[in-house]
Amino acid sequence: MTHMNRRRVLRGILNGGAVTVGLPLLDCFLNTNGTAMADGKPLPIAFGTWHWGLGIARNVFEPKTTGLNYELTQQLLPLKDVKQHINVLTNFTAFRDSAPAICHHTGWVIARSGNAPRTNGDVVETIDVTTAARIGRTTRFKILAASAVNNVRETFSYDNPTTPNTAETSALGLYTRIFGPDFQDPNAPTFTPNPAVMVRKSALSGVMNDIKDVEKVVGAEDRARMDQYFTAVRQVERQFEQRLTKPEPIAACHSPKALGEDIKIGTEVELVSSRHKTMASLMAMAVACDQTRVFNLYYGGFDHTKLGYEKPHHACTHEEPIDEKLGYQINHAWFTMRSIQAWAEYVKVLADFKEGGGSLLDRVLVMGTTDVGEARIHSIDHLPILMAGRAGGKVKTGYHVDGGGTSIARIGYTAMRVMGLDIPNWGTNSNNTSKELGEILV
Amino acid sequence: MFRMKEKTSISKRRLTFLRGCAFVALAACAIAACSAPTGVQNDAARVATLQEPDTKGAPTSVRLVTGAQLLNTVAYLFGPDVKTITRFPPMERVEGLLQIGAGRAGINDNYLEIYRKASTDVAALVMDVRRRNFLIGCTPANPNAADNACATQFLSRVGRILFRQPLDKARTDEVVGIANTAADTLGDFYSGLGIALETLLVSPKTLFVVDRAEPDPARPGEQRLDAYSLASRLSFFLWNAAPDDTVLKAAESGEILTPKGRAKIVDMMLASPRLEKGVRAFFDDMLAFDDLEVLAKDPQIYPVFTGNAVGDAREQALRTITELLVTERSDYRDLFTTRKTFVSPALAAVYQMPTNSSWMAYEFPKDSPRIGILTQAAFLAGHSHPGRSSPTLRGKALRELLFCQKVPPPPPNVDFSAVENPDPNIKTARDRLDVHHKNPVCAGCHKITDPLGLALENFDGAGQYRENEKGAPIDATGALDGVPFNDPATLGKVLHDSPALTSCLTRRVLSYATSNANADAEVLKYFNAQFGMHGYRIPDLLRVIALSESFSRVRAPESTTKTADAGALTNAAAK
Repeated sequence: MTHMNRRRVLRGILNGGAVTVGLPLLDCFLNTNGTAMADGKPLPIAFGTWHWGLGIARNVFEPKTTGLNYELTQQLLPLKDVKQHINVLTNFTAFRDSAPAICHHTGWVIARSGNAPRTNGDVVETIDVTTAARIGRTTRFKILAASAVNNVRETFSYDNPTTPNTAETSALGLYTRIFGPDFQDPNAPTFTPNPAVMVRKSALSGVMNDIKDVEKVVGAEDRARMDQYFTAVRQVERQFEQRLTKPEPIAACHSPKALGEDIKIGTEVELVSSRHKTMASLMAMAVACDQTRVFNLYYGGFDHTKLGYEKPHHACTHEEPIDEKLGYQINHAWFTMRSIQAWAEYVKVLADFKEGGGSLLDRVLVMGTTDVGEARIHSIDHLPILMAGRAGGKVKTGYHVDGGGTSIARIGYTAMRVMGLDIPNWGTNSNNTSKELGEILV
Repeated sequence: MFRMKEKTSISKRRLTFLRGCAFVALAACAIAACSAPTGVQNDAARVATLQEPDTKGAPTSVRLVTGAQLLNTVAYLFGPDVKTITRFPPMERVEGLLQIGAGRAGINDNYLEIYRKASTDVAALVMDVRRRNFLIGCTPANPNAADNACATQFLSRVGRILFRQPLDKARTDEVVGIANTAADTLGDFYSGLGIALETLLVSPKTLFVVDRAEPDPARPGEQRLDAYSLASRLSFFLWNAAPDDTVLKAAESGEILTPKGRAKIVDMMLASPRLEKGVRAFFDDMLAFDDLEVLAKDPQIYPVFTGNAVGDAREQALRTITELLVTERSDYRDLFTTRKTFVSPALAAVYQMPTNSSWMAYEFPKDSPRIGILTQAAFLAGHSHPGRSSPTLRGKALRELLFCQKVPPPPPNVDFSAVENPDPNIKTARDRLDVHHKNPVCAGCHKITDPLGLALENFDGAGQYRENEKGAPIDATGALDGVPFNDPATLGKVLHDSPALTSCLTRRVLSYATSNANADAEVLKYFNAQFGMHGYRIPDLLRVIALSESFSRVRAPESTTKTADAGALTNAAAK
């Protein structure tokens, strides 16, 4: 006898047209307090990346001691309310070996891919893509990416050198993408499958056939591009499939109030911060609603401007004199402080997001990267990374770790191991590592 | 060469041609120029004597259509009001052009979501009750059910344009089947047809332009584009859109493969109003105007440079270009000395001039410092910082965009303390940059960028004219590769006469046309000479290239390895 499941029933009903199917909350797949799935499995872990531009001023950023009870330095002061949720990792190196030094590029590329780029744009698969292949296949969005900076070309996520992943740069656009008409509220009392989705799903077969046709007449490299396209179509197919299926209720998921209008776009720090805060909240809810398990948020920092100050952040790092008394570039320090403040706000959003008996931060891990270490000289050593979250209890927080000049790829490797990727090592040449960051692992 | 320049009997056009010849060191060209009598009528004779060097052509490629190309094609099919505000994924700029990057771009699930969104927008507009009667071209017997005949008629017509060749019977049946099933399921013919249209719009046969090669009967052992691929290449080159019905018919009949038939089609395309869109697309790509999409200025420092001004700055430059080069068929070099342009209300505020309530044609007076496209807001503001001008960025852009040169990015791990501004009394950019020039680490690159950019220092970071910076008078003098200039006007003249300007344009047009940046040097010299002998008129260069062997001859692609490209930098890295 053919097994009858929910999907099969719905499909059968669909043949008769659109219907509304009431599904009792007894079908709830969570346990009674929302801390785990109904079958006892823990809530899914999720991985996020965050990025700020132009690094740090070392002498006012790096804590003097390591371990749990380190003292927050001047640039880290905005973290005082979230210190217990994060790890500050300093003094890591992006080893470029024989590859050229590509300004603003080499540092983050090695941090996120373990591989030194030979040209600008030469970025092999980044950590979010690798992780999404493991944990992001079943959600509506394999990766969800947003940028508080209005530049779709500034991305830190690549499938391969020719396929950068663009981020949503509009807060309203991000809201619509996640919680717009295609969002299925998992807690809705009724479920109405959309028959148009079903026909769209079946129509994808025509696209797949066309891909196969094209593959027959192109060379090997272009066939790989068609394979990538085919995979993308399969992902769309899965998304359609999900939309035809009543989602599992999720207690912590609440579709946020619609954004009436977009948040003004610009490079001025206050504008960027405003957009970043809204995007951070939307990201948190997207993860809580299990729309994605891999999420990237870019704060910016490069082109940021301070009202009334003529130089954007980048020019400031090059041209601002070091204050003789303070020993650092005052305006650069201000810009960096605002970046760290934005990180603190993001962490707070995740920490304050109640889920079961804890917070969203309990099951996520967010890795915050930057492009350079000491901003004034655009160094690719003394690179810092900020991390937040406990990844389902696998990571300890509250620590400052001095990397001792070891490869920054160690952090990405550690993160992927925490996310359940069974990889014996990661990175190429001097960045190849099999050494996790034991100091923060439970 | 110097003696020739002193001969007053040599026409200005011929003189410039001779300079161009010297620059490219084209022996055949030089011989022709030195031995032939002067006069325009003889230019034609020289053109006829020039032979295109033997070429193996460009490697075949598979290019992702740009958002503009897709929308232009949709506009041809359904009219200009059927469009989407979708922000299409950006291409990678390779060898100075997004068009080359299109040959490497892939579609992952992130991108496919964007293209799908565009396809549903377009299909919804076409099926809208106010449009469908005249856009679909037939009426279903029953609007609440499938109609095989009407769906077949519509989808085969539209599919032929989108796929740039007729759909075979199996594919037609398949897409009509999708429309019919969807119509019956949804109880609405138009909804079903819309879903079928969506699938055509996101098909790889729409989104990827695939070069198909066939043996060239005139040259055994060599390959040429097949008729449909040639039609596509011509159409994207000249119209920035898929071929229309006429061009596809010429491909279907094979006429496009004959020299006479191809010339007829090319001349038709060049005479079409759609040429303007093609030329706009090329210059938008070459001048990297896509950067303007992310341009922002400090509103406290530049309150007049609003979001409208940014969009209008791009439009102003493109209107200037198409009016001068397409409508008036002027010399490309005049783009750098013309005072004719168009001004919008938002730009009038930047230019400190009165205006109408909409766009208007305008000619800056003879004593105005605004002369040539480099003194327009698109270039000036586009290559400045948010709060101040940047001679370095402007000089770098000029070198890279107009001369096809590459300026290396600043290396990391450089201690900038030596060039930090230690003296608050330094007021002008020239004085600030002098500090760079004295530092050997910086001087190498800054010496090739800054002198050009300093000539434009009379325009601030928003493109507003000024005579002083912080109270100190601006010195806009300098030299381009040894040729001196005193101000923006003389810089424009020096650029106008620079052979590098026209040879770069030739290189870029050929790269854009063939999606190949590695044409043989001799081939480039040939096209550059042709460009000169045609008075540096863009439509003529387009024609020469569109009818050339270099355009239609192809070879198998080599394994592509990404190459370094200063132009491919992200905004962040480029600064």
